[in-house]
Amino acid sequence: MSGFLDNLLNGLAVGSVYALIALGFVTIFKASGVLNFAHGSLLLLGGYLVAVLHDDLGFAGALAVAVLVTAAVAGLLDRLVLQRTGGSDPHAAHVQTIVTIGVDIVLVTDLARRIGGDLLPLGDPWGDAVTDLGPVTVADSRVAAILVSAAAIGGAFALFRFTSWGLSLRAAAEDAEAAALMGVRLNRVRTAAWCLAGGLAALAAVFLVAFPAPGLERTTGQIALKAFPAAILGGMASPVGALVGSMLIGLTEAFVAGYQSDLHVLGEGFGDVAPYAVMVLVLLVRPAGLFAAKGTARV
Amino acid sequence: MSDPRSVLRRRAALLPPVLLLCALPFYLDAFWLRIGLFSMAAAVGAVGLGLLSGTAGQLSLGHAFFLAVGAYGYVWLAGEPGPGLPPAVAAVLAVLLAGAAGGLFSPVAGRVKGIYLGVATLALVFLGHHVLLTADSVTGGFNGRSVPPLEVGGFAFADSGPELTVLGVPFGAEERLWYLGLALFALTWFTARGLLRGRPGRALAALSDSETAASVMGVHVARYRSAAFVVSSMYAGLAGVLLALSFRRVVPDYFSLALSVDYLAMIVIGGLGSVAGASAGAVFVTALPLLMTRYADQLPLVATPGSGGGAIGPTEASRYLYGAAIVVILLRAPDGLHGLARRAGARLRRRRRATGPPGTGAAPIPAAGTDPTDPTDPAARAKEHTP
Repeated sequence: MSGFLDNLLNGLAVGSVYALIALGFVTIFKASGVLNFAHGSLLLLGGYLVAVLHDDLGFAGALAVAVLVTAAVAGLLDRLVLQRTGGSDPHAAHVQTIVTIGVDIVLVTDLARRIGGDLLPLGDPWGDAVTDLGPVTVADSRVAAILVSAAAIGGAFALFRFTSWGLSLRAAAEDAEAAALMGVRLNRVRTAAWCLAGGLAALAAVFLVAFPAPGLERTTGQIALKAFPAAILGGMASPVGALVGSMLIGLTEAFVAGYQSDLHVLGEGFGDVAPYAVMVLVLLVRPAGLFAAKGTARV
Repeated sequence: MSDPRSVLRRRAALLPPVLLLCALPFYLDAFWLRIGLFSMAAAVGAVGLGLLSGTAGQLSLGHAFFLAVGAYGYVWLAGEPGPGLPPAVAAVLAVLLAGAAGGLFSPVAGRVKGIYLGVATLALVFLGHHVLLTADSVTGGFNGRSVPPLEVGGFAFADSGPELTVLGVPFGAEERLWYLGLALFALTWFTARGLLRGRPGRALAALSDSETAASVMGVHVARYRSAAFVVSSMYAGLAGVLLALSFRRVVPDYFSLALSVDYLAMIVIGGLGSVAGASAGAVFVTALPLLMTRYADQLPLVATPGSGGGAIGPTEASRYLYGAAIVVILLRAPDGLHGLARRAGARLRRRRRATGPPGTGAAPIPAAGTDPTDPTDPAARAKEHTP
């Protein structure tokens, strides 16, 4: 029984980190229609900045700088590169999606070169401490992941719901042309969305590489790709769907890894690829994701 | 389509490059031939991806998976732990196997559209990589398997078998495989152009422009999307077989997400929706790292491989270059190398016409064959459909 609770808590912790990433991913998609394939490299950038700066600035300072810098990089990427691509092409968002793949190649190559074969510690205050919660023992970093993610996600939802920017974002996602006519500055709204997503990605990096993961390595960005299935499961344009999808993915991963000895038919390390298997299964049944409204084509 | 003279001229223009490609093994050493071989294999795969992503507008990041199915399919079918079929039969079956794998994914590929499919196909790469690592008895696990050489009617495309000397040049594995690669590339080139210019190509282009309009015109949306996916995976399977033959050993780590991204880079750099562009992009992306590795000591800013210390190695340098190339091309010239070449050609023709004697070419500009937006060109044709 304690094994089950362990897996449950692990799954929730991992899921809440994925939720940070997936929420950014969905925010970007809502605001600009772009699938941001550079999200993994933005996350790697955030993690790398924390790893490099935490000696001088302390962990909290380094994290603050990393979040701000990554947000700025994401915003600039949108302003200076993506918004100038595609022009009036009706498929501009597709072209911009491919541009993010190019940006990802450059960023990941550069960061991987700097990181090399090392494992960089982030200097987080939780270390490898654990807490006993009744029958289960849980790593402090996991608890922190759940609490901080919940706070950050709550904050993001409050932004969507209560600020004028959130209203503009929702209006723009509903009907960009009508929103523009009502005085919504689409460019600003979408750049702000990119900044928010970048900041969330940097935050996620910290928990993605905290204990029990060994530290920041060059392939950390690829772990972030698992948040893609989470976003797709939720139906891409739905923040709530992204949350549910992330929890589903996190729990699947934790349970498959936890019961690996019973699942050895699937091979060692199946937990790492289980999110993708779940995604394919869901897409077979609901090609538009779990939470997508049934699309209507207007002619 | 256009007047027979211009068709003839266009066919004749193909002749010099073909002759040149056939003559190269007599002059180049094994290093250059190997670069050419990898480029040809990549071109076959890139043309396949171009059909799917360039023409049908379906983003796929699963190409590495289908390359792996082709490569491992051939190795297993022709190899020792495995049925041990004659290699030629195994090669054909491997291509069909890749197509079948694409067909199995078609319930997703037919219904998930555009960039969403890119994320869905990520699953193929990661699940496929997992299978390659764990199914030891078929794939050889982490260390991979060596590739049995291709033999057709007793003639081996390898260093083994009877020695062969043509015009004083000894024909080893590279020279023999070069002609095999050339033949397969020619096959790919003509079949893909046939598909693009015929009914399927028009249907796919219409589909990528407007799904609703296309289905109203009688294009079966899901069927065409799945078919494009299957055909594209068969080309990938063929490329996988050719790559396996050139590498002589297949390992799982080669078929990673990075490989899929490489193929996407090829078709974007070459110009979406064009067979020639995909081939040019394939040569660029494949040859660049190999050449940079070879000439690392003579290039500024590039360290020789293995010098460590966070220096920019040749592989990194080439990844910077083509990552940046994707961004710059999409910013400045969205139709890629193919579009650049076409515009340069058109400018050249205009200038020649302007300087030429009056009456020979200047007057009948609106003739079909001289139209700057060449009607046979898929990229230009795709624009015609745009509302």
